[in-house]
Amino acid sequence: MPPHIYRPVAGLLIALGLSGAALANEPDKAPPHQAWSFEGPLGQYDQSSLQRGFIVFQHVCSTCHGMRNLTYADLAGIGLTQQQIAETAKTKPQPGAPDATGQPTMRPGLPDDHLNSPFPNDAAAAAMMGGIAPPDQSRLAMTHPGGPDWLYAFLTGYRMPPPADAPVVPGKFYNDWAAGHMIGMPPPLMNGMIQYPDGTPATVEQQARDITTFLVWASDPHRNERHSIGKAVMAYLIVLLALAIAWKRKIWKRLKTQ
Amino acid sequence: MTQPDPVTRPNTPAMTGLAGWVEARLPVISAFRAEYIDFRLPRNLNGLWNFGAILTVVLMLMLATGIFLAMNYTSTNAGAFLSVEAIDRQLAGGWLLRAMHMTGANLFLAALYVHLFRGLYYGSYKAPRELLWLSGLVLLLLVMATAFAGYMLPWGQMSYWGADVITKAVGAVPGIGPDLEHIMAGGDHLGDVFLHHFFVLHFLLAFAIVAVVGLHVTLVHVNGSNNPLGIEPRTPKDTVPFYPYYISKDLVGLILFAMVFAALMFFWPNVLIEADNYTPADPMHTPADIEPEWYFLPFYGLLQSVPSKFGGLLASAASLLILFALPWLDRSPVRSMRFRPLCRIGLFGLVAAFILLAAAGKHHAQGGWLIVARLAGIYYFSYFVVLLPLVSRREKTRPLPSSIFAAEGKR
Repeated sequence: MPPHIYRPVAGLLIALGLSGAALANEPDKAPPHQAWSFEGPLGQYDQSSLQRGFIVFQHVCSTCHGMRNLTYADLAGIGLTQQQIAETAKTKPQPGAPDATGQPTMRPGLPDDHLNSPFPNDAAAAAMMGGIAPPDQSRLAMTHPGGPDWLYAFLTGYRMPPPADAPVVPGKFYNDWAAGHMIGMPPPLMNGMIQYPDGTPATVEQQARDITTFLVWASDPHRNERHSIGKAVMAYLIVLLALAIAWKRKIWKRLKTQ
Repeated sequence: MTQPDPVTRPNTPAMTGLAGWVEARLPVISAFRAEYIDFRLPRNLNGLWNFGAILTVVLMLMLATGIFLAMNYTSTNAGAFLSVEAIDRQLAGGWLLRAMHMTGANLFLAALYVHLFRGLYYGSYKAPRELLWLSGLVLLLLVMATAFAGYMLPWGQMSYWGADVITKAVGAVPGIGPDLEHIMAGGDHLGDVFLHHFFVLHFLLAFAIVAVVGLHVTLVHVNGSNNPLGIEPRTPKDTVPFYPYYISKDLVGLILFAMVFAALMFFWPNVLIEADNYTPADPMHTPADIEPEWYFLPFYGLLQSVPSKFGGLLASAASLLILFALPWLDRSPVRSMRFRPLCRIGLFGLVAAFILLAAAGKHHAQGGWLIVARLAGIYYFSYFVVLLPLVSRREKTRPLPSSIFAAEGKR
């Protein structure tokens, strides 16, 4: 179909309110679009980028942000083996059953445990982090206006030093893509701050791409599976449709010969 | 009308064995044969007549997926959001169950609107099908209530603030409003009691729908289907048996519908998903943009186009209730809009008004949309109370064909 046919359809869909609400509270300009392997109706996550992104999450994001709706076992979705999952979980102690004297205890984490949050609750997080709790990242890539493009633009959008005309606010950092350009979160990524085991150079841009991919996966973990099942279902339905149309024609032809 | 089709149905052999034993005690086999094999339908039904079968199948899908979702759902303030997350993430195949249920809810309403439009366009509400029409409207109300209750259950921001808007709207009813609001909210705050009530209601209403569908289908089988010409079949030549004619046609319609369903569910889920509802309900933080699901937008537009809150509530309720009076508002003896040039234009205007109300609802009836919503709202009601009763009597209708078979020969 030529693109001009889509436009009235898209307009109608928007008029009918089928479009996401996300567009409504977007900042004044849309973040520049990046090419992502997972976008589009058939997109698939890049598994090695997901695994690199998880490294960034573990070393950087998870020190302030939770991802409490995921369990360690869910990480099988980025290609971690059962053994890697068990080892990752083991290093995260969880509160255990009280001991014989009623004292609280800790036990090693298990694959079924949810990912540890860095703070016991949002109030504690807000108190520690200058008044605003760092948002949980389980669905962040889905719920934040602009989605993955915004995440990438934001993570690569810090300006040090800030522009000359920007106000100086203690404890706030200048970012092109933060609301009001000022944000309490310090620049999280630096060139070479981590080493990727696969040898990919850990530039800020590369880390931003990888963590964005990981966050999108966390917000929609079954996308690969959904797209591949969808292709099989559609192929099946096309064959079924052809057979059904042939059957229907054969039946209805009887009426014409009557 | 009950004469067997000479082409497909030779003599029925006498039933023997278990079938004969059951048949002698409860004639279900002959009843099934009469209603779903030999049952005669007008031979000229078009694609819009597929939607009854489509709705039945989607209803069964909703029940099947809903039961398994309910088994894994927790109806508490603290647990609801997390249990839905666990279904989506940790339950094996849970994401697929939930995707089917959500897509199904949206497409159920979409198919229902098409089905309703077909009834309006071909005059399916007229004698002798008034009860069929009324039972269908009861279904529409039940489905809307079920969809609303179901949308509360994930307990995200849109669930919570949708509940807030609706309970407060109910509170605007003069006199008993505050008490009604208290009963609906289950207390002073929306929480455990509210969720538990709506979980039970969602489940209960689903089965109420099944019961009314039974009545609705019975009424179709007693009165027979209307058809695009709106004239009753006169001879067996005007009709064909359900099997194999409409089985094969319904199958094609169902597969096409399944393809739209699958495409939305597997490839474009964001068309139907409200991302804001993936943020847990937070009474301390009002979202910037509270809006209902698309299928409620026309009524939301109407609600907001009236300056008084109670007035808006009345207008929305009236827009649905007026449909119940339709068989008695439209006095024209001609059913199908194909032969009613004036009312036909009027009906397309009604569809346009419905869509404009939805668009206005989407924009919270602000600025120019307020005027659009008011004009569309006025037109919506005038179609029923002015156009149909007055114009339909004077309208010069086009001549009706002598029979369905004759009309087909002419083409």
